Amino acid sequence: MIVELSLLASQHPLALPEQQLQILGNGKCGVKPFDEVLYEAGMDPLAATGVGVLQINVGKLCNQTCKHCHVDAGPDRTAENMSRETFELCLSAVRRIGRPIIDLTGGAPELNPHFRWFVEQVRELGCHVIDRCNLTVLLLAPQRGLAEFLAKHGVEVIASLPYFLAQRTDAQRGDGTFEKSLAALRKLNGLGYGQPGSGLALNLVYNPTGAFLPPDQAALEADFRRELRTRYGVEFSSLYTLTNMPISRYLDFLIRSGNFRRYMRKLAGAFNPVAAEGVMCRTTLSVGWDGTLYDCDFNQMLEIGVSKEVPRHIRDFREVELSTRRVVTGQHCYGCTAGAGSSCGGATA
Amino acid sequence: MAAYYDDGDLPRFAEMGADAPALWEKFNAWYGAVFQAGALSEREKSLIALAVAHAVQCPYCIDAYTQDCLEKGSNLEQMTEAAHVAAAIKGGAALVHGLQMRKIAAKISM
Repeated sequence: MIVELSLLASQHPLALPEQQLQILGNGKCGVKPFDEVLYEAGMDPLAATGVGVLQINVGKLCNQTCKHCHVDAGPDRTAENMSRETFELCLSAVRRIGRPIIDLTGGAPELNPHFRWFVEQVRELGCHVIDRCNLTVLLLAPQRGLAEFLAKHGVEVIASLPYFLAQRTDAQRGDGTFEKSLAALRKLNGLGYGQPGSGLALNLVYNPTGAFLPPDQAALEADFRRELRTRYGVEFSSLYTLTNMPISRYLDFLIRSGNFRRYMRKLAGAFNPVAAEGVMCRTTLSVGWDGTLYDCDFNQMLEIGVSKEVPRHIRDFREVELSTRRVVTGQHCYGCTAGAGSSCGGATA
Repeated sequence: MAAYYDDGDLPRFAEMGADAPALWEKFNAWYGAVFQAGALSEREKSLIALAVAHAVQCPYCIDAYTQDCLEKGSNLEQMTEAAHVAAAIKGGAALVHGLQMRKIAAKISM
């Protein structure tokens, strides 16, 4: 497998959030300002309704360099990894919230050296834990026993698999990724994941492998279930369809392939107020590897912190203020409100 | 006119309603109903549309239904087979007319 460099390591201008924001900036991408559309839909300001999910991005280190990655994660992103001290601050916030869902993401979150310790801690507190897993990490020699660990602690696995064929999966995630993903899925199935009655949820994530929107979630789930079962003997619980956000490496792809303005027009043209009503930032608080707070993982990668009127670091966590905070939006938010909507839990409308 | 076909025209399709709004509305309503899931799924209808787009050689339709097929979850294997179906029917349609040629030739030959 050829290891690609991240935008940061290749000193690409789009590694800088301000460069991305400039390209996305109001009026520059050929679509109306997102806030204007929200206002017209009677939804401005967009406000949070609670902190039911604490999504913690534990770092940007990953064993893959996927072409659509909004984090610009990769093997060269070794500098950004959540420290034990910041995890302790997260734990303190979790105790104050009272059993929020803990959604662990990255990079490959399992590569953080404190991952297993933290999972044990939040499971002891009775939290439901989600691991956003790239699958191939389960096969890495230093990660031996990881799948068994996840099963033992009843961790929900949400795994990326953009398609049920090798060509499209490998085109997005790197040569050979599909075969390794199948091996990891079989390993998870062997532990009970994705099997009815096991209590071990294995949910798959579909991302379009190009400049187009995702299919209807229910229809595609039926296709995935049939094809994965008959072709490969693989089972899973649910399929989530996610829209690619026009930021970071996916933004680079859009620009290089000449699809940027068309994609933005497509997203904006498919604005759905019902999807906007259900956006995940209203119930989720996103924590960065250094403890900074964001409305979502996308804002995090664009370094757009939560509103200045509320606590902006996990050490200052105060649930009341953060639960009703005004969500900070931008042009990239069209990605979550297009068509059937998109969130870390799939379609929202 | 720089070109007969311009991809910038596709998003302007609705301008066809400018001077015949009632007809445009009827077309739109019917078109929308046609592509809703019925006895055929939306994905199947999109593949048929892609095949027909090839048969009628409409670059706008090929553009629109390539995107639509991908957004309905079809893959390149299925879409390429759909193009072959269109080509086979077009080719077959040409070839079956050979019978006319053969009949006429027979009629006028000794």
